[in-house]
Amino acid sequence: MADLRSNFLGIKSPNPFWLASAPPTDREVNVTRAFKAGWGGVVWKTLGEEGLPVVNVSGPRYGAIHSGDRRLIGLNNIELITDRPLDINLREIKQVKRAWPDRAMVVSLMVPCEEDAWKKILKSVEDTECDGIELNFGCPHGMSERGMGAAVGQVPEYIEMVARWCKQNSRLPVIVKLTPNITDIRHAARAAKRGGADAVSLINTINSIMSVDLDMMAPSPHVDGKGSHGGYCGPAVKPIALNMVTEIARDTETKGLPISAIGGITTWRDAAEFMAMSAGTVQVCTAAMTYGFRIVEEMKSGLSDWMDAKGYQTLEGFRGRAVGNATDWQYLNLNYVVKARIDQDLCIKCGRCHIVCEDTSHQAITNLVDGARKFEVIDAECVGCNLCVNVCPVENCITLVQQTSGIDPRTGLENDRGYANWTSHPNNPSAVKAAE
Amino acid sequence: MSLSTVTSTSSRQAGSVSPPQSGTNSAGGIIAGRLSAQDYAAGFADIHPALSKHEAFVEADRCYFCFDAPCQKACPTSIDIPLFIRQISTNNDLGSAHTILDANIMGGMCARVCPTETLCEEACVREAAEGKPVKIGLLQRHAVDAMMAQAQAHKTHPFKRAAASGKKVAVVGAGPAGLSAAHRLSQLGHDVALFDAREKLGGLNEYGIAAYKAPDNFAQKEVDFVLGIGGITPTLNKKLGKGIHLDTLRRDFDAVFLGIGLASVNTLGLSGEGKLAGVREAIDFIADLRQAQNLATVPVGSHVVVVGGGMTAVDAAVQAKRLGALSVTIAYRRGPADMKASAYEQELAKINGVIIRHWLKPVRLHGNTGAVSAISFESTAMIDGKLTGTGQITKFASDMVLTAIGQILVSDDFNEAMTVRDGKIVVDSARATSLHGVWAGGDCTATGEDLTVSAVEDGKQAALAIDRALRA
Ligand SMILES: Cc1cc2nc3c(=O)[nH]c(=O)nc-3n(C[C@H](O)[C@H](O)[C@H](O)COP(=O)(O)OP(=O)(O)OC[C@H]3O[C@@H](n4cnc5c(N)ncnc54)[C@H](O)[C@@H]3O)c2cc1C
Ligand SMILES: Cc1cc2nc3c(=O)[nH]c(=O)nc-3n(C[C@H](O)[C@H](O)[C@H](O)COP(=O)(O)O)c2cc1C
Ligand code: SF4
Repeated sequence: MADLRSNFLGIKSPNPFWLASAPPTDREVNVTRAFKAGWGGVVWKTLGEEGLPVVNVSGPRYGAIHSGDRRLIGLNNIELITDRPLDINLREIKQVKRAWPDRAMVVSLMVPCEEDAWKKILKSVEDTECDGIELNFGCPHGMSERGMGAAVGQVPEYIEMVARWCKQNSRLPVIVKLTPNITDIRHAARAAKRGGADAVSLINTINSIMSVDLDMMAPSPHVDGKGSHGGYCGPAVKPIALNMVTEIARDTETKGLPISAIGGITTWRDAAEFMAMSAGTVQVCTAAMTYGFRIVEEMKSGLSDWMDAKGYQTLEGFRGRAVGNATDWQYLNLNYVVKARIDQDLCIKCGRCHIVCEDTSHQAITNLVDGARKFEVIDAECVGCNLCVNVCPVENCITLVQQTSGIDPRTGLENDRGYANWTSHPNNPSAVKAAE
Repeated sequence: MSLSTVTSTSSRQAGSVSPPQSGTNSAGGIIAGRLSAQDYAAGFADIHPALSKHEAFVEADRCYFCFDAPCQKACPTSIDIPLFIRQISTNNDLGSAHTILDANIMGGMCARVCPTETLCEEACVREAAEGKPVKIGLLQRHAVDAMMAQAQAHKTHPFKRAAASGKKVAVVGAGPAGLSAAHRLSQLGHDVALFDAREKLGGLNEYGIAAYKAPDNFAQKEVDFVLGIGGITPTLNKKLGKGIHLDTLRRDFDAVFLGIGLASVNTLGLSGEGKLAGVREAIDFIADLRQAQNLATVPVGSHVVVVGGGMTAVDAAVQAKRLGALSVTIAYRRGPADMKASAYEQELAKINGVIIRHWLKPVRLHGNTGAVSAISFESTAMIDGKLTGTGQITKFASDMVLTAIGQILVSDDFNEAMTVRDGKIVVDSARATSLHGVWAGGDCTATGEDLTVSAVEDGKQAALAIDRALRA
């Protein structure tokens, strides 16, 4: 049995599956249920300053997009940080941590951009005996209009400043939670590192409007006829999160900075992918909000079974292993030739590969062979783009097969020309010319 | 398709039968009211209930939107199936219905009666992929039902007539072929006079289709829907050869379409037929059942023997059983593979408790005080490629014998004028007969299979051809 124990900044948890700061971690009952269900840790729902708590709308907070069979693939919310008094939250955090000492308890924070405000809350948070803090610089709605959340996360200088305040005023490990609502995530991560943050977590939610009610002519869901943008999360955002995590993992300045990955993680496989891209822990929100806490069982057993099959004994055994293979486009091997192959035994003859290639790609798949309905790849046209593979409803029916010998009938060039990339390609005006 | 796969692969599961529960009246002879009102209701309820909105969404999502879709090719009316399913999945049921009805104005009845397991659903790629085709028939019904409800509620019709052409067309026979032709002709701007020999329009939709396939008076609702386009003037109880004649129709109209079906039936040719009470044509038995206001008034024997091997035989047998007959046996003179009833239909008969006996040909009717008491069969075998009697006789006690050995064309009125071959009117691919200005379609012609959907296609193609001829 693989060892799923995780040690992230010295914060130990029996597995790397944490619940992200959100409704699942908003109160003692939820978190206790989560720990009973087997979650390794939680990031408590973001706390604000002492005083009157924020107020949420009483109308709908969530919107969703679904795939055909109403499978939820994207969730949007306009919820704010916790709307319960600070002291109640702090008391509950302490209670739960005492009852579950082996689980990770990280507390998410968001207070105005003044050092005193941070100092004050850090003190009371330390008293809960929690394991660390996460700075919520990501919330894209409601709080950002008040100069908090994404309003901080979008300005690298502020990230650096607040991170530094927290490091100076607390002995707790500091995780900076990044907003994806920026152009280049690396600037935010570098700022966090400069400020002394121990780690970054990402992504928070993405600005979004889910749909428009065509009868009311208003964003949907609406609150009394009006809608505002919310934060988007769930399976649909995973590729965006994965890219941002990868960017930070391979950036020369931030390489090695611990990452707690968040965004669309739904299965063990999603988690393993983020960890292969160097994440130390993963955080989950939407998947739990869609299916309940029990999904962690699949995540744990799936990860463990996969690690056993691959011979990885600990998480460190595979963590970060994919980072080195993430590169820039210009370094991809332009001499690598693949052709699509259709397994005629698996083919159910829906013809989707044909029509998409015909209409939108390279006219490289037949629809008739000797007068009969048959889908075959025409090597002389196939550029190996993968579109047919992606649209085929049958798994592994179409595959891309590397061509290692002979001539590519499309280009007339040898198939085994060795590695060469764009930087030296004759069509590249700024190519590095090989020495003559 | 092998028998064992029928129930699992077809979305039109042959199941959902509840055999009579309470107090069947088992008295001998042909009597009505064998069952309780409850049992009649259960036995003749919709055999394939409509999909709920949720079920329709889930099912629509299974369609792959195939290129050059095999299902569409397998549909005799070439409905754009991938498109109509996609429209359902985007919550556009009325648009979906428009797609369907544009190709097949009787898409509602076809969704209920088409043997989809040998048409669109057999061709569905998901049949190949996982043995579970998309439930095309039920999705089609879902969309068309929505449109028909809308049309009925608001007295609207989804199609507009083209500008009046000033031409008049006579359509004889108001079954699926005639109704389809009439609708398309009207849509194309021609005025249609529609004649039918019977008291109601609809042809076999009204008088022949099994009651549990189209309950709630659906056939008449659909007739009203089709006529809702306007420009069609029906005349009932008007029979070609009696009140009207082909030569006068040709003179008085710009074109004539014949969709007169097969108005007569083959007989057994046994003595006593037509004289012994209890021996009757299956198709009449079904027509009476279909027309009954109350099924408790429809008499049925205690031991029923149905002679034949087609859809009519199966429908008669199953309905006799559901009316409370104690035993029902289908006797067919050849083997299972020769039966015209599809594997699905045969399965339906069996799970309803009907016994199917093969290789038996009827040789004698036995009577007792003017009523049939038994029927004898001789066993048959294929010998040197010929069906031959073996001399072995089996006798079945029976108080009701239903004959379902084929319908035949009544062509007295035009025998001289038009080419008729093997009992069917000969037409070309445009459904033109050998007689100038006369087109024909449906069961009375030898175009496709004798199915509702083929009749609809014939009517549509003939109307398009007539339109071309009238505008030439
Ligand atoms: C018992 C039974 C069950 C069936 N079940 C199915 C099924 O489940 N699915 C399926 O697809 N098909 C089924 N069929 C076949 C289907 O009903 C026919 O193929 C279809 O109705 C043919 O349509 P039509 O318009 O050609 O003829 P019909 O429906 O027979 O209509 C002919 C019309 O012409 C009228 N007519 C006849 N002679 C004259 C005349 N001389 N003058 C004026 N009018 C005349 C008749 O009154 C009738 O209204 C079944 C058939 C039978 C007999
Ligand atoms: C309803 C809701 C409320 C959230 N509230 C917070 C919050 O208070 N603090 C925070 O840091 N992130 C908050 N988030 C963001 C999540 O923690 C997480 O970053 C995001 O949902 C992406 O992960 P997912 O795809 O697994 O949901 C919230 C998300 C949702 C759906
Ligand atoms: S063949 Fe099946 S999956 Fe393909 S379009 Fe037709 S119904 Fe849809």
